[in-house]
Amino acid sequence: MKKIFIVFMVAVFAVSMMLAGTGCGEEAAAEEAAPGAVTVIGTWGGDELTSFQEAVFPFTEDTGIGMAFEGTRDLAAVLTTRVQAGNPPDIAILPNPGQMYELAEDDALVDISEFMDMNELNSNYAEAWLDLASYDDTLYGIFYKVANKSLIWYNPSAFSAGGYEVPADWDELIALSDKIVSDGGTPWAIGFESEAASGWPATDWIEDIMLRTAGPDVYDKWVNHEIPWTEEAVKEAWEVFGEIVLNEDYQYGGTTGTLTTNFGDAAAPLFTDPPGAYMHRQASFVTGFFPEGLEVGKDYDFFPFPSIDPEYGVPVLGGADLIVMLNDTPEAREFMKYLATAEPQEIWAASGGGFISPNKVVSIDAYPDELTKKMAEMVVNAEVFRFDASDLMPAAVGSGSFWTGALDFVGGTDLDTVLSEIEDSALDSY
Amino acid sequence: MNKEKILKKKVDMWPWAYLAPALLILGFFLVYPIINTIYLSLLDAKSEIFVGLSNYIFAFTRKPMLIAFRNNLLWLVFFTLFTVSLGLIFAVIFDRVRYESVVKSIIFLPMAISFVGAGVIWKFVYSYRPAGVAQIGVLNAILSNFKNFEPVGWLVNKGTNNFALIFVGIWIWVGFCMVILSASYKGIPKELIEASRVDGANEMQVFWRIIIPMMKPTIAVVATTMIINVLKVFDIVYVMTNGQFDTEVIANRMYKEMFQFHNFGRASAIAVILLLVIIPMMIVNVRRFRRQERS
Repeated sequence: MKKIFIVFMVAVFAVSMMLAGTGCGEEAAAEEAAPGAVTVIGTWGGDELTSFQEAVFPFTEDTGIGMAFEGTRDLAAVLTTRVQAGNPPDIAILPNPGQMYELAEDDALVDISEFMDMNELNSNYAEAWLDLASYDDTLYGIFYKVANKSLIWYNPSAFSAGGYEVPADWDELIALSDKIVSDGGTPWAIGFESEAASGWPATDWIEDIMLRTAGPDVYDKWVNHEIPWTEEAVKEAWEVFGEIVLNEDYQYGGTTGTLTTNFGDAAAPLFTDPPGAYMHRQASFVTGFFPEGLEVGKDYDFFPFPSIDPEYGVPVLGGADLIVMLNDTPEAREFMKYLATAEPQEIWAASGGGFISPNKVVSIDAYPDELTKKMAEMVVNAEVFRFDASDLMPAAVGSGSFWTGALDFVGGTDLDTVLSEIEDSALDSY
Repeated sequence: MNKEKILKKKVDMWPWAYLAPALLILGFFLVYPIINTIYLSLLDAKSEIFVGLSNYIFAFTRKPMLIAFRNNLLWLVFFTLFTVSLGLIFAVIFDRVRYESVVKSIIFLPMAISFVGAGVIWKFVYSYRPAGVAQIGVLNAILSNFKNFEPVGWLVNKGTNNFALIFVGIWIWVGFCMVILSASYKGIPKELIEASRVDGANEMQVFWRIIIPMMKPTIAVVATTMIINVLKVFDIVYVMTNGQFDTEVIANRMYKEMFQFHNFGRASAIAVILLLVIIPMMIVNVRRFRRQERS
């Protein structure tokens, strides 16, 4: 029934496109690949896409195989429609493994271990990356572009002016926060607002803490809902989170400031004089939102989100794009093989933009600046890397009740109510 | 005899022939989707397994849904009350001033702004900055002139946010109500009002005993239109809070279930509930139109 409906909607869309005239004709022609080319679909656009195209360029020169890239913000819907219509692209670049698992379940993906050099992959990727890219013990993709989320940004000049030092663990972090408060400052700049996606920055905090207080095994169980949200381990992570976000003196603008500030603007108080705040926890991409004219190392730098329970050390939380194959053509095989080599990744790394590869063949020296090198080292050397939990949970939880719950918690709703409400939605979403 | 019968039959077919395109389009774009939605609302998230009424049980028992119903009720009462009554007051008062058309144009102007645009504009108006820093939100900036000022997070404070959103809706729609009601007000024979004044009625009496009864049919139409409008409220909430901090409304929840959570069953159930709530209003409206046509 749903399929009929989708086909019907597509038909309506097609007719309306025809009626709309030739406006979209050019675009459609551009997507159509020449023979001997690979069609690629992904969410990349702007600078990201330009860098990717530059990275693919040597491949086209050597082999004559071109790439037709189709960019869309609504990847899930477009890909689902094309797979159901029997017209999938050759290659898809997925923003998280969740969708890969769905596609694998529908038998829409190609087992890449059949033609890739597995010895090479095994030595170039940490086991965790290959596991994440597998479904039912079959390898379906390679991770390509990693975002490191376990970072706390600070202003080194402001730190040295205040006589503050980078904390080595959570207790020192809290001690530092208290010291800043007693000096009359505000330790944290936080922003959880993100329009229709408000709440995701808060979930990143909780995930980072959870990895450090409960460890990766419990974290995985939590992601898969093998333990309930009301479990003590989950509760503890939220309580640690509360140490910072429920303390009005800790946050720039108090809890109301945290709830109303857009994540992109949140770091701004770090760079005012005198500083409005001293620390900001956010992923590697946040430098793109910093005010212009700042100097790396002098005006901004980061330290890893510190260890809480020494047993679990300093894990890395992050996100990563993964490349999968939907059509088994010789061109697509060549394309996948090429992407796994050092060349395209080092081209992209050199172009900047915060590209970090999980692939060990990419030399640390390929990254353009110290900051990116530090982030890349953190990722490659991480003993534990875990994917952003909210991206892996069913949407009704991961981008529904988890966001709402985290915001309500900061807004003052008591923890047990928040957790039991998330648990309610989790119970019928898995 | 026989020929006549055939002719008559032929003639009887004509109305249907004329109606056919409209019926076909309506059936395809209205009746079929409604029936399909009702069918989907009885299936699970992926529309595969029959689940009976459990989607409806979800809609009437879960806390996020109950909050949405409560908020729709808040919208229904305050939005309808203020758009219609303010529209009426403006229509009557501005009829007496020389610069009527200018004032009415200004009040009507927000109608020209899309709801999404209005949401973005008002998000700036309600913007929050910590105390001691320059307020960039107009509302907090005005309040900062008072003593003991504490900036308010209008959209995250659970006591103010629903009303902050409803106000935006009123701001957009009050002009529409005013224009319709004003037209009706101007249609009242002036002799009637003058006669009542000659008979010694004061202004309040004229308003309540002459103007209101004369305008009653129009007020009813405007009110029902506003009610149907408000039950479907979505854009403002989606843009400004996305239903966070207890500002959820039914239509936004439906959107979330459908496009974010991909739960076709629940989204369809919510759509059906919304449809059932709106139908009585539609019936009232259609009946009134019929009566007006007859008279």
